[in-house]
Amino acid sequence: MSADSPAARRPPAPYMNPYLAGIGLGLVLLASFVVMGRGLGASGAFTSACAVAIDAVAPAHAQGSSFWSEYLKGGVGHPLKEWLVFEVVGVLVGGFLSGLLAGRVRRTVEKGPRISTRGRFVFAFAGGVLMGIGAKLARGCTSGQALNGGALLSAGGWAFMMMVFAGGYGAAWMVRRQWL
Amino acid sequence: MNAPFFKFGLFGDEASLIVAFVIGIAFGFCLEQAGFGSAKKLTAQFYFRDMAVFRVMFTAIVTAMLGLFYLAAVGWVDLSLVYISPTYLWPQVVGGLLLGAGFVIGGYCPGTSVVAVATGKVDALVNIAGIVAGIFVIGEAWPSITGFAESSALGRLTLPEVFHLPPGLVVFLVVLMAIGGFWGAGVLERRFANRSPKENP
Repeated sequence: MSADSPAARRPPAPYMNPYLAGIGLGLVLLASFVVMGRGLGASGAFTSACAVAIDAVAPAHAQGSSFWSEYLKGGVGHPLKEWLVFEVVGVLVGGFLSGLLAGRVRRTVEKGPRISTRGRFVFAFAGGVLMGIGAKLARGCTSGQALNGGALLSAGGWAFMMMVFAGGYGAAWMVRRQWL
Repeated sequence: MNAPFFKFGLFGDEASLIVAFVIGIAFGFCLEQAGFGSAKKLTAQFYFRDMAVFRVMFTAIVTAMLGLFYLAAVGWVDLSLVYISPTYLWPQVVGGLLLGAGFVIGGYCPGTSVVAVATGKVDALVNIAGIVAGIFVIGEAWPSITGFAESSALGRLTLPEVFHLPPGLVVFLVVLMAIGGFWGAGVLERRFANRSPKENP
């Protein structure tokens, strides 16, 4: 992660062709269907972590909640020994390896030229809150619903995916100063 | 060949976690290679500047869909054993709108925020804090919103069932739609590419 690592000094490699990256991603998803009988995910791992944290602070409250108790019951003997938690740790490692190979690992804040770092952080947090709420209502996020549901022809997955694009385009104008 | 392997007991729960880790590495690698560790690259989708999100997503969907339906057709994969998340139509419509808005406001979606953290994006770390906060809020609110959150529960529901069409035809239509979308994406990019921020105030 440090800015003076050899990888960071090299100019970053260009991104992969989107169709090629898409085929790679599709083959990973296919492998998950064939090997596990389930697709990919992300937000579920955050929920498991959240449930465990609440259980550590207020066990009676967490175990009495119909929402958190479901996640506390998950996993192989422990709620964090959960499929999606291990998968997301893998995503972290895989993303880091790819970034390292491409010379793209660098401590930075991603934003357009017309917003301060503090302003960017406010938006990053607020957007995260909306996504956390949205992902739980939808029972999954861009990976767990849109990607899996898209490939499996799930009705809810397709409805969700179209609404993600609608929500994104709908809110884009409002936050254009952050990016353009 | 009997697949899904896990469902046929080829390996156990503990081993499935190792599989999860390996699949996760490949998933994260592909996302980062596509450029999805960058919020500017991701959100350019919503300004028609760079349609990589659409291209990568639909190429992945088409690839996995064709592969899976082919393997099912030749009898290697039992499609009924592949988990399809149940449909809750209205919560998923509202959830999608919230997640989409959160995507362009926050800069990432939950999976890509992990890749962005892995490549040093500090804003992605803040984004993840927000995601966890959002999950906390809705988890706490869940008992009071179950009326809506668990409404329109349609179970395991697929598009071929909704439209009373053969699955093969729906697969074909999705491929056609993707190809049309890829063409349209290029047209939109060329139209919006040279607009300065001032023309798009």
